[in-house]
Amino acid sequence: MDLLAIVRIAMRALARNKLRSSLTMLGIIIGVGAVIAMVGVGQGAQQQVQQQIAAMGSNLLFVGAGTVTRGGMHMGWGATKSLVYDDMQAILRECPAVKAAAPGSTSSAQVVFGNDNWATRLNGTEPEYFDIRTWPFQEGTSFTQGDVETGANVAVIGETVRKNLFGATDPLGETIRVNNLPFKVVGVLSPKGTSAAMGDDQDDIILIPITTLQKKISGQNWLRWIMVSAASRQSSYAAQQQITSLLRDRHRIRTGQDDDFFVRNLADMADLADQAGRVMTLLLASIASVSLIVGGIGIMNIMLVSVTERTREIGVRMAIGATEGDVQRQFLIEAVVLSLIGGAIGIIFGTGASYLITETLGWAVLISPTAIVTAVVFSMAVGIFFGFYPARKAARLDPIDALRYE
Amino acid sequence: MATVTQPEAKVAISTGNRAVIHVEDIHKYYDLGETRVHALRGVSAEIGAGEFVAIMGASGSGKSTFMNILGCLDKPNSGRYLLEGTEVSRLTKKELASIRNRKIGFVFQGFNLLSRTTALENVELPTLYAQITKTEGETRAREALELVGLADRVAHFPSQLSGGQQQRVAIARALVNKPSILLADEPTGNLDSRTSVEIMEVFQKLNDGGLTIVLVTHEHDISQFAKRTILFRDGKIRRDEPVGARPLAAEVLKNMPTLED
Ligand SMILES: Nc1ncnc2c1ncn2[C@@H]1O[C@H](COP(=O)(O)OP(=O)(O)OP(=O)(O)O)[C@@H](O)[C@H]1O
Ligand SMILES: [Mg+2]
Repeated sequence: MDLLAIVRIAMRALARNKLRSSLTMLGIIIGVGAVIAMVGVGQGAQQQVQQQIAAMGSNLLFVGAGTVTRGGMHMGWGATKSLVYDDMQAILRECPAVKAAAPGSTSSAQVVFGNDNWATRLNGTEPEYFDIRTWPFQEGTSFTQGDVETGANVAVIGETVRKNLFGATDPLGETIRVNNLPFKVVGVLSPKGTSAAMGDDQDDIILIPITTLQKKISGQNWLRWIMVSAASRQSSYAAQQQITSLLRDRHRIRTGQDDDFFVRNLADMADLADQAGRVMTLLLASIASVSLIVGGIGIMNIMLVSVTERTREIGVRMAIGATEGDVQRQFLIEAVVLSLIGGAIGIIFGTGASYLITETLGWAVLISPTAIVTAVVFSMAVGIFFGFYPARKAARLDPIDALRYE
Repeated sequence: MATVTQPEAKVAISTGNRAVIHVEDIHKYYDLGETRVHALRGVSAEIGAGEFVAIMGASGSGKSTFMNILGCLDKPNSGRYLLEGTEVSRLTKKELASIRNRKIGFVFQGFNLLSRTTALENVELPTLYAQITKTEGETRAREALELVGLADRVAHFPSQLSGGQQQRVAIARALVNKPSILLADEPTGNLDSRTSVEIMEVFQKLNDGGLTIVLVTHEHDISQFAKRTILFRDGKIRRDEPVGARPLAAEVLKNMPTLED
């Protein structure tokens, strides 16, 4: 008997008991719907974190001054004075996996414009920094390398600073006072939002040439960090290794001794976040699968009832030439049709639920084709698994006994 | 007139290749707790191609049990059954299913049609399990229904048909795969006498076409439409004789009153 004929018979048998079939399907609908929605929520969150990490800059590596303990936690960031401008130049010169680098030093700042006053972070760096972090300007431009050489009083401000100091006024060309020194605003950065990794406001910042910061504000000639971009995402691990060994060499750190710097790789962080996201997605999916299994038990239950009810029909079919295989296939396909239709409705239901979650809770939800394919395969597997025993039971019936069944 | 069968003599004849059904010392019993019910206690018989046999006997004499064994639905506890020369006990379940599908048509006493399934679909059922295309199956089913005089009832459900019509559907279903043997267990058991004769008319027509028919009946009148009668008693064949003056059902029908008259 061909598959199409069996499917047709199965559909008809299911249509005969519409209420019963739909109630049985409901178990699968809820199961598949829950899996789709939960996986959607999990993958959506995963994707959002990945996007934020990617937004921090491509192939970014962060070299910080300070020691790191074995657990990976960095202790006393900026406590050492050994990271210097020459280190950065050596990195650019000697690490082939490194494409660009920008030095950095940090200080806190009190900024005044007119009557407005704002406490923020002050970073000294070079123009390269904005490229490395792929941070565009909404207005104006970066200060120039010339500004760095002369130690000019020019500043680039973040969106939060602009909002708090200028409001509706155009900041370009205006002079602000940073720690009582006048700075001319040359550029305003595009808003970048809250960082996924650290949870701080990245737009609450003022950037000035590093030389200006070192000479006129902090009076320190060492660096607090170096921002590095690797040639590609793949080479960022190589870059990390090259920088580590170069700096250990330059800082004369012997084997067994702790580094006086740390190199953080953004790819590392992305992997870590990815892993955490996957675990969460898996957890959500497995909780939702429980309802799918309950739905499968419902199918098994109803198929057993159906086999008993249709014992005479099975007897007739066998008497006119149906083999055990034919009977088994018929009931198995009935179970699979039941679970597949349930699965299809469940996908619609789950997708709808996902959009509802996005709308009402504002979570990013991602309905991936993989999730849908998995749901279809899974519901089919549930049908086969839970339909097998009842189908087997039907096929094992003795034709004479089945025909005599009242 | 009682001709008790002679098993020895029959076995010798069995080598003749004209025998469609050859059974030899068949026993069938059912164990119910401590008691053992003997349904068949050594049945031997031979039925040739194109024969039309009526099996008679009191209730419980083992007729249905015998028919089920002939129809490959049941297996004897001992004895041999050769179907067209093939030892049935050696066949696998799948081969038995194939024989039930193609070689044998079985008509049950209780019709055994599928409810909520039209007459046409009921008749089509055996074609689904044969290697036949859907259209070919439908054509054959329509032909079979026409043969039993139900061409105008194809779309009716069993519940919308009379008993006689339902039995005709069952006969059409038994014929749809063009079997060489038709087995009918009390096909007229639930029908009035006129309808019974109508069914016998169909059977005689089929038998004239070369179909081997074995039917079970309680009614002496009905058995006379066959060419040979076998009488069962207590699980054994007591009598096996040809029918003398066989009436033609078509002729009998002409002289029978219809209810409208
Ligand atoms: N499944 C069974 N279990 C136990 N005993 C059975 C079974 N089937 C048949 N029998 C017994 O076997 C004997 C023969 O039964 P069978 O149905 O062959 O009789 P029959 O000649 O067809 O009777 P009827 O004319 O009433 O249909 C009976 O005594 C019956 O009780
Ligand atoms: Mg009987």
